[in-house]
Formats: sequence, structure tokens, C-alpha cells
Amino acid sequence: MRRGGPRLAHLVILPIAVIVLWEICARLEIINPIFLPMPSRIFAAAERLLADGELLRNVADSLQRIAFANIVAIGIGVPLGFFMGLYRPFEEIMDGLINLVRPIPPLAWIPLAIVWFGLGEVSVVFITLISAFFAILLNTIAGVRGVDKSLIRAALSLGATRRVLITKVVLPATLPSLFTGFRIALGVSWMSIVAAELIAASSGLGFMINYYRELLRPDLILVGMLSIGIIGFLMDRALQWLERRLLPWRVGLHL
Amino acid sequence: MAIKVDIANVSKHYGDADEDDFVQALDGVSIALKDGEFVSFLGPSGCGKSTLLHIVAGFERASRGEVRVNGKPIAGPGADRGVVFQDYALFPWLTVMENVTFGLKLKALPPPECRGIARELIGLVGLTGFEDRFPHQLSGGMRQRCALARSVANDPEVLLMDEPLAAIDALTRNALQEEILKVCGARDGRPGKSVIYVTHSIEEAVFLSDRIAVMTPRPGRILEIIAVPFERPRSDGTRLAPEFTQLAGKIWNTLKSYVRPD
Repeated sequence: MRRGGPRLAHLVILPIAVIVLWEICARLEIINPIFLPMPSRIFAAAERLLADGELLRNVADSLQRIAFANIVAIGIGVPLGFFMGLYRPFEEIMDGLINLVRPIPPLAWIPLAIVWFGLGEVSVVFITLISAFFAILLNTIAGVRGVDKSLIRAALSLGATRRVLITKVVLPATLPSLFTGFRIALGVSWMSIVAAELIAASSGLGFMINYYRELLRPDLILVGMLSIGIIGFLMDRALQWLERRLLPWRVGLHL
Repeated sequence: MAIKVDIANVSKHYGDADEDDFVQALDGVSIALKDGEFVSFLGPSGCGKSTLLHIVAGFERASRGEVRVNGKPIAGPGADRGVVFQDYALFPWLTVMENVTFGLKLKALPPPECRGIARELIGLVGLTGFEDRFPHQLSGGMRQRCALARSVANDPEVLLMDEPLAAIDALTRNALQEEILKVCGARDGRPGKSVIYVTHSIEEAVFLSDRIAVMTPRPGRILEIIAVPFERPRSDGTRLAPEFTQLAGKIWNTLKSYVRPD
């Protein structure tokens, strides 16, 4: 990957082309606007939702849940992943349980979450937390495991104790994997939070999308969908930027 | 002169004796390194030279026999044995300066002193001006210079070098051989370092060493220990002397029959 990522012009050229083509098709009535409203109508709808604060309120609610779920997921997943990566017997004990739970899609937890926590905030955060947790845990373990053996040996031969080895070698060497884990976790957070909000919430982008389905307003549904796309993209970019800032030494190691 | 490293009857095998995967990597290897002596272990791949270095470093355990440093049996890796790796093993998140001071800080030396020692060695290996670079911003040769400075800065009893120049291009390699001698040799009234140097390059072993332990594979054994008589300091002139070529030729004749096509 190039350092600055693709140029802005390359990034927007295809979306703009799609929008223009779509608008043309819609105006020529090649597409039925009941199924797919034309972009100009979607923009107008977005403007309305922005103006009365509805969109921002729902975005803020979803973001808050994602932030909370991810902070908890990091708080549990990173230390647990470290212990599992460092202590083989501990990993072997945990492995069976984790691999049994991991294949269960977060969405399959929704009914149980509702039974446990009822409809509302806690259920949505719980679902999001489960999906983020595994991304963070697995990437942490992989990061700890993947620490170059030569670096460990070099540190030991320079007089490192076990504590120094963990804090000064394993931890920094694992940071790139942690960032990868955070990025994946944010991605899957969006997937599961929308699903959870469809069912269990009375606010948030997932709720908004579902609400306008009932009102048969595909333009507003699309505003919600595109908001998720844009926010997800921006969050991933922000994390990449943060990673470059915090781990400048990693520049040369990008795939 | 005092014995620095005593390798006594060291054997190493992998796998069970009656299984197919049994490998006798080292078989009864004995050699004693005097204080300040530069000894190379030279041989084709599979002769166990790297295994031997790993045992001295404490990364692996000998199946039989013992290694003593200053009379003390080794137990795991330690700061008394500095290691230079073929793949440099620099910490990618640390700058050149931070890499070189890594071991010094662990010794709890005051920071100004750490930086002083580091600056001297960074200068000695020709990296002055690159103190704040990260390893990925350096060429392979520069990375190995940095790794060399890091190991020597720690002032170990013995330096262990595991084919440090194997991944370096041939021209840079010649220059780095001289750097190694300069950094490990006596300077500022301090005696020279004891060095165990693993290589498969005859020319390199002859240029650098006081003695060369020629090793043969399957099982790994020392075939012969050859003293290298050339005066120090050595330079390009040493390489051009007819005696140099003669000695290298003699070693090649000894080793030739053990180098099998794969």
C-alpha cells in the first residue's frame, strides 16, 4: 500500500460516475423510482434529515453504542489475547470454549440478548460487543504469537528480563496487529449494530432504516445506508491515519 | 591467557534415537576460546555451526557436554554473550540510537552515559548522522552496522556472530569485515573482544580469525582447527597477500569433499 493511500481524484471518480448514470437512468424512467429513487431525491431527503437533526441524532446514538462496545471489547480482548498469546497452557484451556463460541454469528445472539437484557440499549451494545471482541482477541493473539523470534532472542541477549521482554518487545511488536484488530472490529461493529438496531432499538441508523421501510420511503432508507458507508469509510481512514502517526516505524512494513 | 569460553564435548541431537527424524547436529565438539580471541566456525550448511552458536548463546540446550563462560556454566541467554544475527534483529520501532542504547538502559546506566557510549560506537561503525533513523530507512549493510554497534555497546564477555554478512552484498561485505575487526579489536586501551563467528565463507573466516574451526556435516564435528598467522590490523593488503590465497585454498581442499550437491 502506498503511504498516502490512493489519490482523492481516483477515489471519487467511480462513485460520481455511478451517481450521474443513476440519475440519468432514473430521469429517463429506466429505473422505477419506487424501488430506487433518483440521487437528487436522496440528496434532498438527506438535506431534510440533516436539517431537522434526525440523521445526526441517529448517527450519534449508533456511534455511541459502537464506541462503548469497542472500548469494552478492547478492555477485555487485548489483555485476554496477551495472556493467551504469552502462556501456552492458558491458551489451550481457553481455546476450546472460544472456538466453540466464535462461529456463532453475532446476529444469532440477538434473541438471547433480548431475553436477557430486553429491547434497548444493553442488547444492542451486547451484540456489537460480541462481534468486536473476537476480532480484537484473535488479532491480539496472532500479534503476540507472530513476534519475530530473533527480536526476542536479541532482547534476551541484551539482558532483558521477562518483564522487559513483554513491555519493551512483545507489546510494541504487537501494536500493528492490534491496530488491524481495531479496524476489523469497527467494520464488523457496523454490521452487527445495524442488525441489532433493526430489532432491538428505538434509535440509531439501523432503527432509522427500518422505520422508513415501514413508511415505504426508499429515499430515506438509502440516506441511512449511505451514511453508514460514509461513516465507516471515514472511521477506517481515521484509524489508518492514527496508525501512521503512532507507529511511524511501520511505514516500511505495510503490505 | 585466560580461557574465556570453554566448549567441552558438546553434542546436540533432535528427535528420538530410533526414529526417522533423528538428527545428530553436533557430535562431541570441544574448543576453548582464549580471552580476546577471534574464532570462526566454518563449514557447509548442516555442519551444526549455527546450532553450536545457539547453544553458546543459550537459545538451545546441549544434549550432552557443557559450555562455560569465564568458568561459569551458561543457563539461558544473557547480556554476557552479545549476539549479532544474520537478519539483524533490530527493533523496528526504535531508532538507531534507541536500538544501540537498548541494552545499556537495561543496565541502568544514566542516560547521558548511555548516549555517550552509543554515540561512540555509532561513529565507529560509520552511522553518525543516522541516529534518529528507523531501521526500515537503512540499507542492509547499515542495519548490520547498527546491530553490531548495539551488541558491542553492551560490552559482553564474548560476541557471537551468526553469519552476520550472509545477507549483505559482496562489496559491502568486504567493508563490513573491516568494521567488525575495528569494533571488536583493542581500542582506547581496552583489550579486544572474544568473538565466535559463524560463516560459510572461507575468505571471510581467514580474513577475520585468529583460529578457524573447520566443521563437517552429518554429524557436525570439528575436523580441524587452523591458526591464522596474519598480523593485525588486517586490511585490503592482507587479502592480496599470496599467503592469504594459499591458506584459503588449503581450507577449500580440506572441505571440498564434504560439500555435496543438494
